Formats: sequence, C-alpha cells, structure tokens
Amino acid sequence: MTPDRPSSPLWQLTISRFKEFLREPAALFWVYGFPILLCVILGLAFRNRPVEKMKVDVPAGMAGAEKLVDALKNDPQIDLAKDFDEATSRNRLRTATTTLVILPIGTAPGYEYLLDPTRPDCVHAKNAAEAALLRYDQPNRTQPKRITFEEPGGRYIDFLIPGLIGMNLMGGGLFGIGFLFVDMRVKKLLKRLLATPMRKRDLFLSVSIGRFVFVAIDILFFLTFAYIAFDIKVRGNWLALVVMVVLGAFCFSGIGLLIGSRASRMEVAAGLMNAVMMPSWLLCGVFFSAKNYPDTMQPFIQALPLTALNNGLRAVINDGAGFESIWLPVLILLAWTVASFAVGKKLFKWN
Amino acid sequence: MPSAIRCRNLLKTYPGKPPVEAVCGLDLDVPTGECFGLLGPNGAGKTTTLEILEGLLSATGGDVEILGMTWRNNETALREKIGISLQDTRLADKLTVREVVTLFRSFYKNGISPEDAIATVSLQEKARSYVSKLSGGQRQRLAVACALVGEPDLLFLDEPTTGLDPQSRRQLWDVIRAFKARGRTVVVTTHYMDEAERLCDRVAVIDHGKVIALGTPRELIARIGGEHVIELNLAEGQTLDQQAAGRLPTVSSVRPEDGGYLFAVTEPHVALPAVLNHVRESGLTLAGLTTRSTTLEDVFVALTGRHLRDEKEAA
Repeated sequence: MTPDRPSSPLWQLTISRFKEFLREPAALFWVYGFPILLCVILGLAFRNRPVEKMKVDVPAGMAGAEKLVDALKNDPQIDLAKDFDEATSRNRLRTATTTLVILPIGTAPGYEYLLDPTRPDCVHAKNAAEAALLRYDQPNRTQPKRITFEEPGGRYIDFLIPGLIGMNLMGGGLFGIGFLFVDMRVKKLLKRLLATPMRKRDLFLSVSIGRFVFVAIDILFFLTFAYIAFDIKVRGNWLALVVMVVLGAFCFSGIGLLIGSRASRMEVAAGLMNAVMMPSWLLCGVFFSAKNYPDTMQPFIQALPLTALNNGLRAVINDGAGFESIWLPVLILLAWTVASFAVGKKLFKWN
Repeated sequence: MPSAIRCRNLLKTYPGKPPVEAVCGLDLDVPTGECFGLLGPNGAGKTTTLEILEGLLSATGGDVEILGMTWRNNETALREKIGISLQDTRLADKLTVREVVTLFRSFYKNGISPEDAIATVSLQEKARSYVSKLSGGQRQRLAVACALVGEPDLLFLDEPTTGLDPQSRRQLWDVIRAFKARGRTVVVTTHYMDEAERLCDRVAVIDHGKVIALGTPRELIARIGGEHVIELNLAEGQTLDQQAAGRLPTVSSVRPEDGGYLFAVTEPHVALPAVLNHVRESGLTLAGLTTRSTTLEDVFVALTGRHLRDEKEAA
C-alpha cells in the first residue's frame, strides 16, 4: 500500500525544472537563439572592412594640374577626381562628397590643400596625398616593406562577444531565478509546495542546479559559435574563465532572487528587471566600453556587477589574463553575490 | 474518539488602516472520521481559518491542535499527515498529470503510488496530458490527487468545486466520500449549500470571522423551524399580515423575501390549505406559490438576513 518514494524530491524537482524549460520553445529562443542572432547581426554590421580609398579632387583646367594628376592617379589609397572645375570641387568638399581639394599655385612649385582639419578623413587624405607627391618627387627613395598582420583580437566582434556573454549571464540569472519565483508565487505554487513536507532547501538547490546546467550549456554554445563564426579564442587561463562565469552566474542569480523575493505580480517583477537590465546594458560595457563615460561616473560604473563581470571576461578572453588580473572583478562580484543572497533570503515571501 | 482538529478562540487580524479582523474568536472541534464543512459568504473568514489550520498562516491569537499536535512543535510530522488543495492553485503548466503527481509523491515518506492517486480521481486517460490542456474540473481533480498522494489522515479542501460543472462536482464528491469511508477526516469550505448538505456530516456557518451556527445540516434546518418552505407571492401592492399568518397550523415562521413571503413549515399537507384559506379570507390575490425543502441557504438567510452569495454584502 505504501511503496517507497519514486525518487528523491531534489531529483524530482530538478528534472521538473528541465522538462518545463525544454517544453517552452519561447524560453529556449530567448536564452539561446536571441543572443546568437544578436551576435551574428552585430558581427556582420561591424565586421572589419579594408580601409576605403580617399577621395581627392584636383580641379581641371588649372596650370600645373597635369603634374598633380600624374603623381596621384596611380596611388592605391587615392580615388582621384580630376574633371570638376574649382567651384564644383569646393562645393564637393563642403558637402563631404570629397575629402581633399588640391590646388596648384599657378606656375610656382607647390600647391594648396583645401580641407577641414577637424574631419579625420580629410586629415588622412592629406597625409596620403602628401606621401604620394613626395614619392613622385623622389622616385629613388627606398620604400618600407609592408607585412599584413591579421590575427584577430582588436575587432569589434572581439570586444562584443565577452560583453554578450556577460549580458546573457545577467539575463539568465534575473529571468531564470527572479521570474521563476514570481511566477510560482503568482500561481500559488510556492504556497502549495510549502504545504507539503518538501524541504525548502531542496527547492532552492534544484533551481540552482538547473541554472548551472543551463549556464554551462549556454557558455559552451556561445564560445563554440564565436570560435567557428569569428575565430575568437579564449586567450587566457580557462580556469580563470570558469571562475568568472560561475561567479557571474551566482551573482545574477542572487540579484534575481532579490528581485523575485517579494513581488506577487508579474508587472512589478518585470518593472524591477527592466530597472536593473536597461541601465546595465548601457553603462556596463556590453556594446561599447564603459570607459567612454565621464571620469566622475567611473567609480559608480566600475562597481556595478555587470561591469565587473565584463571586465573580467574581457581580461581573460581577449587580453589573455589569468587569475592575477581578475581579482578586482572577483571581489566586486563576490560582494554583490553575498549581499543579494542575504537580503533576498531575508525578504523571501512564500505566499 | 480523538479530535482531528481542535481550536480555541482563534484570532487573526491583518494589519492595515483600519486593521481587518478576519477571524475573531473562533472555536472548532472536528472528530476523526468526519467530513466537516465551513460555510459562509466570500470574505467571511473561511480561507483564513483554513490556512491557519493548515499551518500556512500564523494566528494572531488562540490555540490550534491538529491530530493532537501543534504547528509550532511538530510541523514536519504534520506536513506528512495532511493533504491540501488550495483555492485555485495553478500547478506547472508544462508538466504532465503523472509528472506533477509523481513530483508531489516524492515529498512524502509514505503514500500511495502516483498511478493510484490518478486513478482515485479518474484522471487515468489524462495522465500523459500537460496540465495546461486540462479543463477546470480536471485541474481540480489533479489538485485533489496531489493532496491524496501522501496518504493523509486529514484532508483540507478550499472551495474544491467552485466554478465546476455539475458532473465534475459529483465526481469530486465521490472522491471525497471514498476518502472519508476509509475513516479519514475531511475539512471542506464551500459557499454551495447543496454541496454542504450532501457531503458534510456537520457544518459550521461562519460570518464575520465567527461561527454563527454549528451542527448537522438537518439540525440547522430544524433550528429555523421546519424542513419545508412555502414561497408565496401576492398580486402587486398587496401585503400579508405576518403575525396572523405565523399562527396558522404547523407554520413556525413567516418572513418577507424578494417581494413575497417565505413560510417555514413542519407539515406542508396541513399548512398549505390553511395558508390558501387565509389568503382568500383576507381578500388577497395569489400571484404565485411553490413549496420546497428547507436548505442551508434558508438557514443562512434566517441567521444573518443576507444571502450567502450576495457578493455586495460579502465585500
């Protein structure tokens, strides 16, 4: 009449978590599909292209123009326009259609550059033109040999991938923990579970186990994708990377627990999540460096958990660092983790 | 017979401005093996009382003993011995019926197999369906299966049949009766009077956080003076002399109701001709007349002057 338990409550709670997650296609997409999609789109948009040729105008019909045209026409960096009159060329410069106008000074040797010195492309064009004219005047000068250096590391996508991993750890923690508990509270499932002999510890453990398995899959998936699609490798210590990822997952699980500790309506939880996530995306160096913000804001920004996580991940993945250079991010994340778990546990409401 | 539930002077006050006294001085004794009903309108304090008994809510004052134990000292042991179905719990949508029951089974040291629990509530055909695909009645039965899977000695059901169709309600009643037939105790809240009459050995009528009547459904009905009711409507504008009507043979009380009058009578075959005579002799015109058995609804109205499901009053 009373057969033994089918299996332990911890095991049952854990596999229930997995089943529920895997049976929710929308959740699968947002956790795995969406970040990859973002990665592909941004990777394509910001992929590195060869430096474009610079537009240089030498107005036609001026004395001494032939020599200039002769000097510039074969330069690989210069896209020469020689058929406009002076007025048209000036207008082209004004509207940023060209970057540099070179005017011969009558019959005298020398010429005038027309350019906007605040536009970087104008300055580049002037430098390129000068170099070309110099080479034309001194054909016997030895040219330095050029060797192309193409090893990845400094591209935008190299910057982006660790940021996306950090962002994903944040989103996964907040949604995977915070939303989960609020949802269970709204459905009165937490209360129903409280009414059984289930140990609370088992519920929290099962949620943690679920989170860690998802994080492991998530990160491996991401790094493999980044390697295959963009040739991005982890340059630093793998163990240091594992420490950063685990700590990041812990930290945002704690913040998720804190957010989900009391809210008994989804709208409240969603508002709190946005209040955490939106500023984090902007401030914490996901899409662009957090160093871009003014110095006065830096102490605050650098103390945020996502900034710390992204700094640590970039140090290990891009800069090839080991434990010696991630101690500060580790300390910041530890502080956030301990604080959020302590407060979240204290505030937690079962019904 | 030891008491399954014993509570004395139960108090629960919710803080607020002004504080809400949900339960004020409630006493209950439920012997083992009884099906006990808590009746009352919405907001009467039924659910609060139940959740205190279930150990989900702490009381502001009073003593509660469940199966001879207290929540303070024996929570773990008590959780193993009671089964609970809360008002509208939504169990995990994307798990199947069998998975949900198996999950709940894993929490209890002893119990019946998930298959048996599912069979008890006749959900075998739905065992592989997701919870999200179940009808309201099937979900309620699943909730009861989860309450039964730990083989409890005491079962708490909070409005188990609210919103269900008649067939689903009967199916649930059968489940509850079968559980009781094995000598177990059931406490059920409801605002359906017919449910309480058919299901419960005894009922407590609760209003404003107090027990205002306690007894078997039959006793309560007898208390308002008669097992039968004559409902009488007069032509528009006419009124009946209630005092004179109350003196008619076997009529124990007369009260106005919905523009007509309700007679509580013990012997309708004696009372009915007398009532008709009285109407004729008073020169009044009958607009309608029905007779029926007295219900707990009549008891409630007689006790409080309000209807059980009058939402405005309850709020």
